[in-house]
Amino acid sequence: MDNLNLVLPEIFVSLSVMFLLILGVFKKDSSQLTFNLSLVTILVAIILTVNETFSLNRITLFNGSIVIDQMSSLMKIITLIGAFLVLGISSTYLKSFKIFKIEYPILILSSVLGMMIMISSNDLMVFYMGLELQSLALYVLASFNRDQLKSSEAGLKYFVLSALSSGLLLYGCSLIYGFSGSTNFDTIANQLTSNEYALTFGIVFILVGLAFKISAVPFHMWAPDVYEGSPTTVTLFFTMVPKIAALTVFIRFLYVPFLNLIDQWQMIIVFLSIASMIFGAIAAIGQTNIKRLVAYSSIGHIGYTLAGVATGTNEGIQSSIIYISIYVVMNLALFSCLLMLKRNEQYYEGIDDLSGLSKNHPLLSLSLLIILFSLAGIPPLAGFFAKFYVFKAVIEQSMYFLAIVGLLSTVIAAFYYLRIIKIIYFDKEKEKYDSDHGIWLKFSLTFSTILILLYFIFPSQLIEMVSRIIII
Amino acid sequence: MNFPILSSLILLPIVGALFLFFTKDKDENNLTAKYVALFATIVNFLISIYLWISFDQTTSSFQFVEERVWIKDFINYKVGVDGISILFILLTTFITPLCIVSVNNTVKNRLRDFLIAILIMESFMIGVFCALDLVVFYLFFEAGLIPMFLIIGIWGGPKRVYSAFKFFLYTLLGSVLMLVAIISIYWISGTTDVIALYELGIDAKYQNLLWLAFFSSFAVKTPMWPVHTWLPDAHVEAPTAGSVLLAAILLKMAGYGFIRFSIGLFPIASEVFTPLVYTLSVIAIIFTSFIALMQEDMKKLIAYSSVAHMGFVTLGIFTLQQQGVEGSIIQMLSHGLVSAALFLCVGVVYDRMHSRLIKSYGGIVTIIPKYSILFMLFTLAALGLPGTFGFVGEFLILMGAFKDNFLVAVIASFGVILGAAYMLWLYKRVVFGKLVNEDLKQMLDLNRSEYLILSCLAVPTLFFGFYPEPLFNTIEVSVTDLINMHNLNIASK
Repeated sequence: MDNLNLVLPEIFVSLSVMFLLILGVFKKDSSQLTFNLSLVTILVAIILTVNETFSLNRITLFNGSIVIDQMSSLMKIITLIGAFLVLGISSTYLKSFKIFKIEYPILILSSVLGMMIMISSNDLMVFYMGLELQSLALYVLASFNRDQLKSSEAGLKYFVLSALSSGLLLYGCSLIYGFSGSTNFDTIANQLTSNEYALTFGIVFILVGLAFKISAVPFHMWAPDVYEGSPTTVTLFFTMVPKIAALTVFIRFLYVPFLNLIDQWQMIIVFLSIASMIFGAIAAIGQTNIKRLVAYSSIGHIGYTLAGVATGTNEGIQSSIIYISIYVVMNLALFSCLLMLKRNEQYYEGIDDLSGLSKNHPLLSLSLLIILFSLAGIPPLAGFFAKFYVFKAVIEQSMYFLAIVGLLSTVIAAFYYLRIIKIIYFDKEKEKYDSDHGIWLKFSLTFSTILILLYFIFPSQLIEMVSRIIII
Repeated sequence: MNFPILSSLILLPIVGALFLFFTKDKDENNLTAKYVALFATIVNFLISIYLWISFDQTTSSFQFVEERVWIKDFINYKVGVDGISILFILLTTFITPLCIVSVNNTVKNRLRDFLIAILIMESFMIGVFCALDLVVFYLFFEAGLIPMFLIIGIWGGPKRVYSAFKFFLYTLLGSVLMLVAIISIYWISGTTDVIALYELGIDAKYQNLLWLAFFSSFAVKTPMWPVHTWLPDAHVEAPTAGSVLLAAILLKMAGYGFIRFSIGLFPIASEVFTPLVYTLSVIAIIFTSFIALMQEDMKKLIAYSSVAHMGFVTLGIFTLQQQGVEGSIIQMLSHGLVSAALFLCVGVVYDRMHSRLIKSYGGIVTIIPKYSILFMLFTLAALGLPGTFGFVGEFLILMGAFKDNFLVAVIASFGVILGAAYMLWLYKRVVFGKLVNEDLKQMLDLNRSEYLILSCLAVPTLFFGFYPEPLFNTIEVSVTDLINMHNLNIASK
């Protein structure tokens, strides 16, 4: 019998989801209660993950279909913390749209459950199951503000395109199963002797599916529309949490079974990375809606993350994980600012609405300034270090072309971040926004901004934590 | 471990900025804010004077070195000064308080934020000059973009947005290649510690590419022809204090970088690319001098003259001769003082008449005589009249150049004549001539703070013009060792 303690967080979250669902159905007006209980659930799950799995080295469970290692523990913790903060921030926003319902926390919980399964998966079937669980929850979340046309459109679009990519992914899985005779990552790795070209087809299909999930170019088409249409808190969730899970699967899928085929897939990842970096930088320039702009900028950032994955080394993987962690913090900070642009129960999300913000809201503008310079990768802010580690790993492998293209696209990207700063600081001011914000919003903004600003004083901690992740 | 004097130099302005950050930004508070900033920078200046006094001039090794683990097994936070960098630190701490004194005439709104930006800028610039690790250097080098971008963008003139963007993107574009080079050096040599790299040396086959990557960054920042176009825009639009910082200190970061990194780390490549630098420098000297002659905007004229002066600096550095390099350092220091003073002079009349155009002035010598005298002193210093600070550097650079390459030196000497032409012509058109514009008659002469600032700049300009000995004593050993090390490296190749 396997040690069930190791999957205790997953078991706990799934039981809580069922319990909360029943509670929500039978008890009237229980949205606040469900909401609070969901927060508690996530907290408990974080504690369980830290207690049960954090110090462990690689262990496989259930005939090798689930793997618990440093990467899975760390990524689960980041996922859970991200979900916790997003959920916390959401309540005010949802209330002002009158969509504060029991389904919201439950859907978030179930998608988190799906992501946790994805992160731990060591088998194509388990991985697919986790992926679908999180995707199904996300479709509903995207269209959660169902009275709004854009939100429904976002949900539908996401559903159709995502289903298509899932189909491709599943086809890839079946190809790999057909040619290697197994769905287990370790078994595939051991049997990887013949039929390499046939397997490459399978890899490509799965990569397409995964690239869709993390919105890498050229599979990014859905992102801007879905990001714009979804409720802002859901967009925040989209930009942070699913990417962590998908990146973990990306890494595990490429490095555990198919490391020997690195010659086959490395070029694909390099292409995805370069295309995402350049496209993300250029397409964001013309945007007028902040959420759309964030969609393009997140495409660009995924490009940098993939640059680390493309190296084929442990350092590369670690740098990607550092990148995505810092990126998550920056995004949290950016969206916290965005959620503060509220006046008379109405939220503003146009870039022009930021005009002259620094006159009336000096602190908020200063935070935005720090966040945007950090996103642009200007030292000494955290965003610079994220890029620095990635390019350090990339240059170690002598992939100079990737490094130079990447750094040049940061210059292009700097342009649109500067444009926002220009609007905030150099332009004429507009009406004041509300200044009484919930404690959650204030906390997450202060916390993440300080983290970004002062990261350079203690850069070693994160590195040490991540450097224990050894996949190869 | 001794008292971390360099780190406190870097930190003190930031502490001042933090203090300002927590004061309220009201009109009656402006004076307090100014005194706080002034206090922080003057203390910083005194510390750096102390640093200079206790500096051991007989050795070229780095002094006051501090080293701390920053990123484990990768980067150490390491700072230290030698004879070359200490003078730039002095220049920085000397110019910044003057900038702060000058703001009450130029900056009208959000004074507190402006002072915070200047203080943070000072920290980063001191950091650049004493960083002894490539990554730490890069960090300070790049971080300076943020406050400067804001200084130009928030408090600048009508075309400030365009100029701020141009400044930021140009310099960022130049710098990213340097980042690639720094990381490559780490993987080639296993360290980014400058002292260790001096001893290890870098494999000759990588040097050319790495040199070019560093060059791309420094050339933009210097600025060298043809990537100088951001400078006139930035200068014209920046508020006076911003222009002063930009001209006096920011431009020196690249010259310092050439000496410390390009020559120090890549001796073979420096030899290889000398013709390239010579060509660009000579073009800069001649070409931008002609452009300066044609300018109608005073600030733009001085900006172009900066480009020409920095052309002399790069020329002197890459003569790779004792005189040339020493001359370049002296030239950078003198240009730091003189261009700062000239921008302040332009600022003085601009504050009164709100015009930077040369043609709107003329004949002001009778109206504001004090100003005219000081302005003349700096004009003469800028064209390199013997007895002023400007002469010493230019003379040494040309001496070094004559030793190395006769033709280049001859062409560059023409630049001196052109320099005299545009500066004197500027002076003549602004100060002498017939008083046409009636509004000029209402102009007031220098007020107390302006008088104080300009005199503070005039004293060292004259003093070091007659007696540059203390400066030479400081840089001599360091430069000699740098050149010897360079020659050794070339010989062993």
